[in-house]
Amino acid sequence: MAQTSGVSAWWGAIRRDRKATSGAVLLALFALIGIAGPWLVGDPQALVGIPLQPPSLQHWLGTTGQGQDVLAQLVVGTRVSLAIGFAVGLVVVLVGAFVGITAGYFGGRVDGLLSLLFNVFLVIPGLPLAIVIAAYLPSGPLTLGLVLIVTGWAWNARVLRAQTLSQRQRDFVAAAIVTGESDFRIITREILPTMTSLLVAQVIGSTVYAIGAQVGLEFLGLGDVSAVTWGTNLYWAQNDSALLTGAWWTFAPTGLCVALVGFGLTMLNSGFDEITNPRLQLERAWRAHLFARGHKATRSTPVVVDHD
Amino acid sequence: MRFLLRRLGFYLLSAWVALTINFLLPRLMPGDPATALFARFRGRLGPEAMQALRETFGLTEAPLLSQYVTYLGHVLRGDLGISVAYFPSPVSAVIGTGLVWTVFLAGSAVAISFAIGTLLGLAAAWWRRGWMDTWLPSTLVFIGAFPYFWLAMVALYVFGFGLGWFPLGHAYADDLTPSFSATFFADVARHAALPVATMVLATLGGWLLSMRNTMITVLGSDYVNLARAKGLAPSRVALRYAARNALLPSVTGLGMALGFVLGGSLLTEIVFSYPGQGYLLVQAVRNQDYPLMQGIFLVITLAVLGANWLVDLAYLWLDPRIRESAS
Repeated sequence: MAQTSGVSAWWGAIRRDRKATSGAVLLALFALIGIAGPWLVGDPQALVGIPLQPPSLQHWLGTTGQGQDVLAQLVVGTRVSLAIGFAVGLVVVLVGAFVGITAGYFGGRVDGLLSLLFNVFLVIPGLPLAIVIAAYLPSGPLTLGLVLIVTGWAWNARVLRAQTLSQRQRDFVAAAIVTGESDFRIITREILPTMTSLLVAQVIGSTVYAIGAQVGLEFLGLGDVSAVTWGTNLYWAQNDSALLTGAWWTFAPTGLCVALVGFGLTMLNSGFDEITNPRLQLERAWRAHLFARGHKATRSTPVVVDHD
Repeated sequence: MRFLLRRLGFYLLSAWVALTINFLLPRLMPGDPATALFARFRGRLGPEAMQALRETFGLTEAPLLSQYVTYLGHVLRGDLGISVAYFPSPVSAVIGTGLVWTVFLAGSAVAISFAIGTLLGLAAAWWRRGWMDTWLPSTLVFIGAFPYFWLAMVALYVFGFGLGWFPLGHAYADDLTPSFSATFFADVARHAALPVATMVLATLGGWLLSMRNTMITVLGSDYVNLARAKGLAPSRVALRYAARNALLPSVTGLGMALGFVLGGSLLTEIVFSYPGQGYLLVQAVRNQDYPLMQGIFLVITLAVLGANWLVDLAYLWLDPRIRESAS
């Protein structure tokens, strides 16, 4: 896989696919809000008006139960929540890749032990475990990140192990082994490049997980409740009985943002999938071919012939 | 049989790992766990009672290994310690009251969501590129991107607070006593409707996509083409031939999803002040009630492991290949 075409190929792929484009635009928008927004809205903790005011010209999204500006809290929360989400998404895949590729590449007893480990972590329910760990540690972004990594890495390890296992049996890996290349070199130079698209997909998927789980934990009061993040915004909305006083503006915008980011990431991922999945690619070409000749596509699944 | 025994062995091992995590966490964490744990009791208990409590928890000066053995012994006898928030009730009694509600809520949500989602996925794959296939998946994926508890908040706001169609919380009306009567069950159903509906809505997309994607692959396979060529009724081809095999990955996913849905259910319960484990969990977090938190973790883990074993039974029934290789 040539390095030069890497970035531009992905870029072109995003632009060609409608789903991926809309996902990317949505994410870019939130990234912009997260980076530049906090300078525009002022102090989110400042008490600016009467508590629980509905949206008005002065406070576009109203005020919280404490009299803070909801919009300012939302914008500042975007930065923190997205930063933690992306960082955790990345680390979770790194840990998963390390364990999964080690298990799949070396096989035997190493594989048996590591597989057992991630299968156990997959079956133990994540949220209760996260809560128990988080409760013992001092609250803060580091604790939150650590907890999300501990409960989130196993799925990636499982997928990457399976992928490594199938790559391990390919001829080019066998050739590399015969040539006497070191295990480290084979893994990083031969096997990893074939999994680029899978790894990118996993980082995106793990980020969705990390944002959702983070918001859930903070909603429970396990984050730093004095910080301003999406999760703590919801925590305070629930604590101030926003629902029972009818103050929808204190919780509705935050949830909408969580969903929009999650949806944007999912769109980007499914767009990538259609680009990198040879089966879907072939089907698309076939349908275009039929359409050009004035036929209607019927239900069929084209089969990709393996040429190696 | 060998398959089931091997799975049982795996679940026992997982349970042991959960127990060990539970044992090690308070001892690995910074600071003296015993002090942190008992700081809450100070003033309420005399020194002798504190010593007795320490021994119940196994947090003594004894070597780690013997603490571990004591701990396992206590758990096996169903002794999970004393709750701080509900002092002096034992944790097992506190958890027991909420467990039924959580299992009921999460169980019915998973069952309903799995059934409807799978059927929709089947339909989407069968009428490929119809309106169902084009609009339903992306709509449901969008809804699924919302945090469960946020959907719950919106549902409660709109249907409970705004329209007044459903009660605002709790598992049944205050003026009713639990009994095996139609009125009581109807009331429980009315209270469960909103929480279950939000969880179903949030998880539907996953089941739909999983079923749709496998179904498309299966529908392109030779044996389905042969069934079609033989002139079998389309419904028979779809249900008896294709769907049964396409169901397998979804059933595998069911085991994984259980833990996830249970987590979401805990948060949903909080929004609806539903008297299950989620509500207890919040009390535990607020009061730094470590024994209760750990007890809930343990009980939920065991519930998920047990449910996974039931999923394995279903898998065995669906997939004759495993039955063949096992016998």
